[in-house]
Amino acid sequence: MKFHFKTDYDQDIRLFPDWWNFTLYAALLVLALALPLLIDPFFLGEATNVLIWAIAGLGLMLLTGQTGQVSLGHSAFMALGCYSCVLMMEANVPFVLAFLLAGVITGVVGALIAIPALKLHGVYLAIATLALAILADDIIVLLKEWTDGVNGKMSPPIDLFGYEINRWNNPVEWYYLVLVVVLMVTLFYRNLLRAPLGRAFAAVRDSEISAQAMGVNVAQTKTIAFGISCAITGLGGALMGLFAGAFNNETFNFLLSIQLLMMIVVGGLGFIHGAFLGAVVIAFLPQVLSMTTDLFGRGVAIPGLESGVFGVILILFILFEPMGLYGRWLKIRVFLELFPFARKDMFKRQKSYLKTERLR
Amino acid sequence: MSLLEIDSVTLKFGGVTAVNNLSMRVEEGQVFALVGPNGAGKSTVFNLISRFYTPVNGSITFDGKDVLKMAPHEVPNLGIARTFQNIELFHQATVLQNLLVGRHRHRQTNMIAQMLHLPSVRAEERAHRHAVEEVIDFLDLQPYRNSRIAGLPYGVRKVVELGRALASKPRLLLLDEPASGLSVEETQNMRWWIDDIRRQMGITVLMVEHDMGLVSKVCDRVLALADGAKLAEGTPAEVQSHPKVIEAYLGTNAVSKGGKVA
Repeated sequence: MKFHFKTDYDQDIRLFPDWWNFTLYAALLVLALALPLLIDPFFLGEATNVLIWAIAGLGLMLLTGQTGQVSLGHSAFMALGCYSCVLMMEANVPFVLAFLLAGVITGVVGALIAIPALKLHGVYLAIATLALAILADDIIVLLKEWTDGVNGKMSPPIDLFGYEINRWNNPVEWYYLVLVVVLMVTLFYRNLLRAPLGRAFAAVRDSEISAQAMGVNVAQTKTIAFGISCAITGLGGALMGLFAGAFNNETFNFLLSIQLLMMIVVGGLGFIHGAFLGAVVIAFLPQVLSMTTDLFGRGVAIPGLESGVFGVILILFILFEPMGLYGRWLKIRVFLELFPFARKDMFKRQKSYLKTERLR
Repeated sequence: MSLLEIDSVTLKFGGVTAVNNLSMRVEEGQVFALVGPNGAGKSTVFNLISRFYTPVNGSITFDGKDVLKMAPHEVPNLGIARTFQNIELFHQATVLQNLLVGRHRHRQTNMIAQMLHLPSVRAEERAHRHAVEEVIDFLDLQPYRNSRIAGLPYGVRKVVELGRALASKPRLLLLDEPASGLSVEETQNMRWWIDDIRRQMGITVLMVEHDMGLVSKVCDRVLALADGAKLAEGTPAEVQSHPKVIEAYLGTNAVSKGGKVA
């Protein structure tokens, strides 16, 4: 069993609590960097896809996992990020600038939408944001002068400081591009969590009333959370559209939001790891399903199988492991660390009966 | 000038008058208690000071500043911290993180700096941590520093909530029933802590409490409320033997028998 002997405040502020932990993540980074050498381009494409999902998921995780606000409207922000990025690229804005600006635009629009929407709580917020996702679909069709409506747009090739990156010709470069974005987003996310703003997010999630009594401006904090969340999701959307090669209003329909929400719940709400684990599930499940159906009979397509299996998985997780895959891993880790002293009821959730008069 | 001045404040919920023309003054350095039967409006007074409710008329000033002009989240910036009757902690966070939220009003770095974790952010985090460690030492919370609130017993949560309020380095501390649900020993601890908070830290304390034993030991001044109006004000002994107070608690018969509120 490991015991952290702490002698310095910085041990709790640093990104990695100890050398062992640092070594693990360094090894993971090396593996990620060496991945193109280890697997063939098809699976590298799949890995890229996982990372893109993870970026979008991190965005929603910040809002739902950290700040406790459910959004079913994040497909709209993925669309906004994607269309604004591609339109700017078509107007000959350099890719890096267009990409970052797409994030900023999505963030600002998200924050503006948040100001009225965040007066709503819980299921009402979910419904309002779901309406937004459905509206976005129609708005894309209506604005066909810019968006080409249902015909959709072809993603332009990415021009990165003179190098052209094309999904089919340069899968390795594409992978590294996405990897860099993932690393940046994860680092910013992690930095926020160890700063006052991250704690304010958690305060708003757990008790708005006492957050307020501690000087946290609840409305402002929620708006900021919504803004940052949308910005990150917008970046994910831009990468998703560019990676897909072509996209239209259907690419970003509201089912995408639901998939995104499912992904972070299955991965583990409130954990950065959860977004990545959820992304692996959501990106590989269709492949696994098609492989299994192939085993039982070639060429038999079962309509709705994918959404059905997703639904079952979600229900099973909510019933048996509400903390998601990462929560399950934490339990396994504690079991191994304490072996053989772990008790079965160590993680039993305590029911709480006390809630102050909520004043609303 | 008193630290906290409440002047003829009235609050109505529809037809119910929760606080009726209440005036009170809390002097700097005092420990002041609000007592009264259930539903007397004690916690409502706290919620008025925290700006969760807006009174129909009257004024509340803290150190000469008009509290009623502030938004709820601006009140802590004046130096007013509070606890809640039913404990409102951040359940999914550790004790340390809860106490650090208490430092929220002292933050100086902006969002971008925090995202990039600039050296200024780290320096500030160290300073916050140092302030929080002082509170942890004061309240003997060392064993629970990294435990999540969700797994802690009630008595400890009560102390953590006090610690979170202290971490914000307030001038006025509002304690809503600090001893409710605590064992005899824990109540004793709370008593010494309140004494030390006043003496060592120089913080003025305004508390709501039913335990008259605790009130008479730590408080300089007591105000008894019933149905939102002031019944009596004075030293703990004066209020306890005040006929109106005895009547409110025990009924009219008790007054003629010379009873005293325990």
